[in-house]
Order: sequence, then structure tokens, then C-alpha cells
Amino acid sequence: MTEAQKKKVGIISCSGEGCVEGTISRVATRLVLGKLRPIETVTICLPLFLAGGREEREFARDYPTITVDGCDKMCAKIATERYSGKPASSIVVADMLKNWQCPKLSSRRELNDETLAVARKVANRIAEEVDEVLKHWV
Amino acid sequence: MDAPAQKKVIIIPCSGIGKAFGSISRDATYEVTENLRKDTTQTLCLALLVSGDEESRRLVSSNKCITVDGCPLRCAEKNVKLAGGNLAGSLRVVDAYKKNRHLKPRSVTFLDPDGRQMAAALAGKIVKKVDDLLGEQ
Repeated sequence: MTEAQKKKVGIISCSGEGCVEGTISRVATRLVLGKLRPIETVTICLPLFLAGGREEREFARDYPTITVDGCDKMCAKIATERYSGKPASSIVVADMLKNWQCPKLSSRRELNDETLAVARKVANRIAEEVDEVLKHWV
Repeated sequence: MDAPAQKKVIIIPCSGIGKAFGSISRDATYEVTENLRKDTTQTLCLALLVSGDEESRRLVSSNKCITVDGCPLRCAEKNVKLAGGNLAGSLRVVDAYKKNRHLKPRSVTFLDPDGRQMAAALAGKIVKKVDDLLGEQ
């Protein structure tokens, strides 16, 4: 295993079913895993983590994590802190949207082109955070 | 999250993010709560429920719940039980797969046609369970 392969950042998305920001958190996380930083990142299934998944909790304790929450209730961040430790970085999609000139967001089930563009911007921001974490990896 | 004026069936998918079956659980739930039975069902954030949110806990304890899990670890079912939910039914994506073995859903981020077809089949199973539960009330 190369050094690069050993360095993994865990992305923990809330995937909240109740709001479109939850769907954006999920899609953005998947875009990072699949396209933007496929080598450097893994995801942790939050429901499994919450249900007591040992491997998930150990990973989040031993490796840096970035939480991606849809709203200010920050379930992913709170759960990570409770069971594994402070995340290296935390992103709240709703806060980001406040700072952007966002179009009316589409349904939480299917993202239209405009909402998908928002998800891509969130994904880029997550990727930047990944790079930042890796830069400071000791 | 709007409080229901009448009793509703709460559908809670695992939304597992690592495999297509998690996305199918989520899509099937939306198909039921936004289209097929939008007046008698609703969904909520599983993570919020498990985080101890009072309103979510009240909702799952005072209404019948159906969980929809993507894998055998049954995280939605376990978490709803842990949160004191009134669990009236548990479905798994594999329940829809048994009669649709020709479908090979692969895409996680956005469901491919096979994933959508399986989600539709699963939504049908959820609807049947919802109707059974509402018939009992």
C-alpha cells in the first residue's frame, strides 16, 4: 500500500430525507467519492454509524473526517463528535446556500439542473476541504 | 417538518450512501410519500430521529412506522426501534429484488433505469403495507 493509499479522509453525509439540502449533501458527497477525490476519500454510512457500526466508528476515530450536513441541526457532525471525535471540518449546506445566489431548489427526490449545479459547488467545497486536511496530514 | 393533522404512516428509509440499494430505499420512499400515498404517509430524517430530536421521536412513537432497508444490517429498523418508534413493518430492497432478479442496479448517486424500476417495485410493496396498516385503524 502506498502512502497516498493510506491517507484517507472519511466523508460523513447526513443524507437527510426531510429536506432538499439533505439530498444535496448526499449527492455532493457522492460526487466527491466518485469523481473529484476517489482515491483520497471514503464514505461512512451514517445510519450504520448511528446503529453502532464498530468499523465505522473506529475509522472515524482513527482517520480525519469531514461532515456534510443539510441543515443547522448538524446530525452528522453531532453524531461524529459523540461516537468518534471532532471532525477535521464541518460543512452545512444550508449555510452555504445563504451565501450564494441560489435558484429555487427543486424537489428532494430529483435534482433539476440548477440544484445539481448547487450540489456540484458543494462537492467542490468538500474537495477543497479534503485537500486542506491532506496538506496538514502528519 | 410539518406535524400531521391526522395519523399517518411514517416511512423511514436507511438511505445508505455506499450502495445502490440504499438509494433505492430512498427513492421508493419518496415515490410513496410524494406520489402514491402522499396524503397518508410522510418521511422524516433518520439521522435527526436518532440524534434525539423530540418532534421526530413523538412522530414515530405516535404513528405506525415502516422501515425500508438497503442491506441486511437493517440500520433503519434498528434505529427506529432504538428511538422508541411504533414499528409496524420492515421492508428490505431485497424483497423487491427477489421477483426482479434480471435488474442490476449499479449507480448510487443517480439511479439508473434498473434502479428506478426496482424502486418502483419496492414502492408497490410499501403501498401494500401502508394500505394494510390504514385498514386496521
